[in-house]
Amino acid sequence: MIYRIWTIFIARTKEFYRDRSALGWNVIFPILIIVGFTVVFRSDSSPILKVGIVALAEKPAENVISNKQFNEFLKIKYINFIKFNSKEKAIGSLQKFKIDMVIDSNSKTYWINESSPNGYLAEQLLKGAQNKSSVFKKQSFYNKGIQYVEWLFPGILGMNAMFNSLYGVGYVLVMYRKNGILKRFSVAPVRPFEFLSAQILSRMFVVLATTVVVYVGTVLLYGFKCKGSLFTLFVLFALGSFCMISLGLLIASRSDSQEFADGVINIITWPMMFLSEVWFSLEGSRPWVQKVSQFLPLTHIVDGARMVMNEGATLLDMQFQIVYLVAVSLLFLFLGSLLFRW
Amino acid sequence: MDYILEVKNLYKGFPGVKAVDGVSFSIPYGICFGLLGPNGAGKTTTIEVIEGIQKPDEGIILYKGKNRDHRFKQEVGIQLQTTELQQYLTVKEILLSFRNLYAKRADLNDLIAMCYLDEILNRDNRKISGGQKQRLLLAIALANDPELLFLDEPTTGLDPQARRHVWDIVQTIKMKGKTIILTTHYMEEAQNLCDIVAIMDQGKIIAMDSPINLLNQYCRGVTITLPSVIDADMLNSIECNWYIVNNTIEIQTEKPHDCLRVLIDKNIDITGMVVRSQNLEDLFLKLTGTQLRA
Repeated sequence: MIYRIWTIFIARTKEFYRDRSALGWNVIFPILIIVGFTVVFRSDSSPILKVGIVALAEKPAENVISNKQFNEFLKIKYINFIKFNSKEKAIGSLQKFKIDMVIDSNSKTYWINESSPNGYLAEQLLKGAQNKSSVFKKQSFYNKGIQYVEWLFPGILGMNAMFNSLYGVGYVLVMYRKNGILKRFSVAPVRPFEFLSAQILSRMFVVLATTVVVYVGTVLLYGFKCKGSLFTLFVLFALGSFCMISLGLLIASRSDSQEFADGVINIITWPMMFLSEVWFSLEGSRPWVQKVSQFLPLTHIVDGARMVMNEGATLLDMQFQIVYLVAVSLLFLFLGSLLFRW
Repeated sequence: MDYILEVKNLYKGFPGVKAVDGVSFSIPYGICFGLLGPNGAGKTTTIEVIEGIQKPDEGIILYKGKNRDHRFKQEVGIQLQTTELQQYLTVKEILLSFRNLYAKRADLNDLIAMCYLDEILNRDNRKISGGQKQRLLLAIALANDPELLFLDEPTTGLDPQARRHVWDIVQTIKMKGKTIILTTHYMEEAQNLCDIVAIMDQGKIIAMDSPINLLNQYCRGVTITLPSVIDADMLNSIECNWYIVNNTIEIQTEKPHDCLRVLIDKNIDITGMVVRSQNLEDLFLKLTGTQLRA
């Protein structure tokens, strides 16, 4: 059995490796996105700023500070004011680039992230609204904050793993079925379990290898460091790609239409891309959006990767992410194998 | 008599079609058994049901006297009618990867030599010709040195020379004592390769015997082909079957003398007339009224 799995693993991996265009795309695409995005974000900030207001009272954020100048600030359009109950939570979000500024109504202090262009903008707006009468004291971060690219990077890695897994397994299996390759395997003494295990292993190998290459490439380009252990990061991505591949198998369990598979993969990947905080934080978005986000495996991959890379989390710190990814993978695999036909 | 494969009352339908409509046959060890019929006759469905790709609606299939079990997949070799292979892999890699799936493996060099794969071993399998691909698929089917070999239209779409190559390979396999089930819509192929031919049409076997016996039984006469359409009523006075096939008239008769005399008496232009002995194609025409290659 192991030998048969190994045989199909080798064949599938070679097939991918020799498809130079796909290989190149899998490596170059994420790097291009990172470069593109950091260039874009340096010159052109997102139009919406997010400002956290720390207030103990159960009042709406807009009413916690009665100050004429501050009210002017609150009236500025395109700023999303988010209420926090604790200063620590608000500052934590600020450190993770989830919000651009924190204002504490009790101590009349504000915090911004010095490395964030949005933080600078928010500060200027606050100063303008105060009309130089300086009600608020400034506290800024220098060391604890992270560069935007460091925040973005784990998300891009996660997204790349998602696309690579879903297309590499979901789309390819459907193509195999359409072209009769699955039919040919079905008459050989290969059990579906063996065939699918080989597909999973081959794709995990490809996803992890390209993740390593992209990681090294980006680190060389931007020179930042992963605060946690690389092993932890590797385990997280192994689980993450396993989960996405299982989802790919589920998508490809029956259909022989590539157009259908393509559509389903799109329907799954696009919401995940935008609701898993790959590009921007969901802080301050509607509660249902945040709830939906918590169900998406990519959210937990990206979350975990950020915890490891930006905060130095260990495997123990990521218990929740790990348990969630394993549970969801098993569910996908179970359903996929129930539905599977050659 | 010992049979390697027995099929009894096999039925398989799809919405609106009875693809296999009560087919029975038994195949002794070591022969080449042919299912001959036009496209859509039910040949492929029949062998796909036997191979296990499709489930029968009804019927019994016995391999070596027993229901098919895990041994079946290990011991048979299968060439499907159309198969794409994994991209970017060379002929050798594809062959090895299929061969590795079996417990019993044919000698690699023998396979390569038997299927004339020497020159294309390191070529990407998408960049080989139709005939070469068919030989590769044949080699894959032989990779486990099978006792029973299924060949589903192995020469469809090939040029005459490539077809000859495949026939040579099949003859070699036959000489090794293997049992072969082959489907084809080429009369010459069935006549050349098969020890027993079952002629299929619309899901049923309409005649089954060795090619010689079939011809002796049904086709003792000759077939006269006339190039142009003539007044068909005249032919009714002759003791013959006649058919209009591709703008020619085919007359099947056991009394060519009388037939020709009538044609000449009636002043029919016989320029371009062909008189030949009958073959399985004529038999099919006789049994069904339609052409084999329609």
